Amino acid sequence: MKLRDIAHSRTGDKGNISNVSLIAYDPNDYGVLCDYVTAERVRQLFDGVVQGEVRRYELPGIAALNFVMTEALGGGVTRSLAIDAHGKSLSSALLNMDLPDDIRSASHE
Amino acid sequence: MRTIRLGAGAGYSGDRIEPAVELAEHGKLDYLVFECLAERTIALAQAARLKDPDAGFDPLLEARMKAVLPACRANGVRIVTNMGAANPQSAARAAAAIARQLGLRGLKIASVTGDDVLGDLKNSDRPLDIGCTVDGLGNRIASANAYLGGASIAQALREGADVVITGRAADPSLFLGPLIHEFGWAMDDWPLLGKGILVGHLLECAGQITGGYFADPGYKDVKGLARLGFPIGEVREDGDLVVTKVPGSGGQVTAATVKEQLLYEIHDPARYFQPDVVADFSLVQVEEVGEDRVHVFGATGTPKTGELKVSVGYIDSYVGEGQISYAGPGALERGRLAIEIVRERLAIAGVETSELRCDLIGSNALHGESLSQDAHPYEVRVRVIGRTETLTEAKRIGEEVETLYTNGPAGGGGAWKSAREVVAVASTLIPETDVATSIQYFET
Repeated sequence: MKLRDIAHSRTGDKGNISNVSLIAYDPNDYGVLCDYVTAERVRQLFDGVVQGEVRRYELPGIAALNFVMTEALGGGVTRSLAIDAHGKSLSSALLNMDLPDDIRSASHE
Repeated sequence: MRTIRLGAGAGYSGDRIEPAVELAEHGKLDYLVFECLAERTIALAQAARLKDPDAGFDPLLEARMKAVLPACRANGVRIVTNMGAANPQSAARAAAAIARQLGLRGLKIASVTGDDVLGDLKNSDRPLDIGCTVDGLGNRIASANAYLGGASIAQALREGADVVITGRAADPSLFLGPLIHEFGWAMDDWPLLGKGILVGHLLECAGQITGGYFADPGYKDVKGLARLGFPIGEVREDGDLVVTKVPGSGGQVTAATVKEQLLYEIHDPARYFQPDVVADFSLVQVEEVGEDRVHVFGATGTPKTGELKVSVGYIDSYVGEGQISYAGPGALERGRLAIEIVRERLAIAGVETSELRCDLIGSNALHGESLSQDAHPYEVRVRVIGRTETLTEAKRIGEEVETLYTNGPAGGGGAWKSAREVVAVASTLIPETDVATSIQYFET
């Protein structure tokens, strides 16, 4: 199972900082996101892309997480040499993350 | 309790105009707001103004005004926009001229100025977020604009403006201004101001909350994207919000589209720094209350910091770029060989780059090698881009990609090159007391 099967995501940019949201389609899966998609896992996923740190914020009211990644946009949107200078496509990489098949039952217990 | 209807007519400077006309005609709006000013736009506009004192405002201002002014006049819809960019006064004058051409007499158009703090700031030693001070930029500095809050916009509306044109203002302020004016919200009622910022934050990217930037076929399908409608916020006096759109327009407003936009470009959701308040979205909830109707509640706010963010535009460097495509068996290998050749030729030619990036579009360009391991595409596009001190060196990069036609691997096609000056943006903070705004009126 991929993260894409249970959540959706959007990326935003400010200067050299990228934020990637992760929103459970079903609020019952919010616990799965909290348990599995840690800041450390996201940092590892974006190892080649993000030079700075990854910080996670929790929004239980909308069953969502927000990952804020510093030094993530090649020096900043206005000077980055990247084809996607805004990093808008990063959300798709996050949704490609594999989830253990039994993660839902494990988390709902 | 009274409700005000705000429509978002643009989410960026090049946005579609038709949805704004649809809103003006059928949105039953009180206000139509156009957010058109990206980070770098004002630095480029400042350069245009230096060449021509009447220039430096949004290039689509005239087209937008021509398209929406008749319906706005007929339906009593007032306009708020940051299309003034580096020259709000000239923008207001241009808007007045269009109104006269359209035969719209008795319109009052306001320009809000004071965001331009270049004169005061350029010799200061305030630290920038790029590791140097403002004066360290020397004569490379191109612009410095403070993000204004909603008070001046509210004042212009109170003084009877039908159209308010600003330069740099915090995007949500364009929506907060009308709310402050209509409801008489106090400038120290932090919870209400926080709710108003949420309204602006959700609406300011226009189509991004009505199904734009959202569709993912099979997972998140959106109806009628080609006719995507722009959003309407129905805001109650107590800050309660319903997001909707014009019935029959394309797209959709659902809990999911609202949640995605809620977190767009947000860092700590409990501390969204704005000129007038520190907004807190951390406990916001959304609920669908009808077709294309989403109720949003739970935002609040804490006292403002008393500082304003300033965007500083500066000439950063030159960038040269070249691209060429390979396809069929061995495409990836030929693309890799092409990159090796260009790297070596640039070294031989002595082209100095402070940064050189080589991508294989279709394979690793967006997310790098580690996230793209298994990509073995039918075709790839080589992209070599580098940062240089001079334009001449920047040009050489594209030239060394183009010469791959006759001097590189087999079957390269569609070469393209460019070289440009890079105006980048850094930021700093200044005390709000350092900024004095003023309002000018132009009547038709």
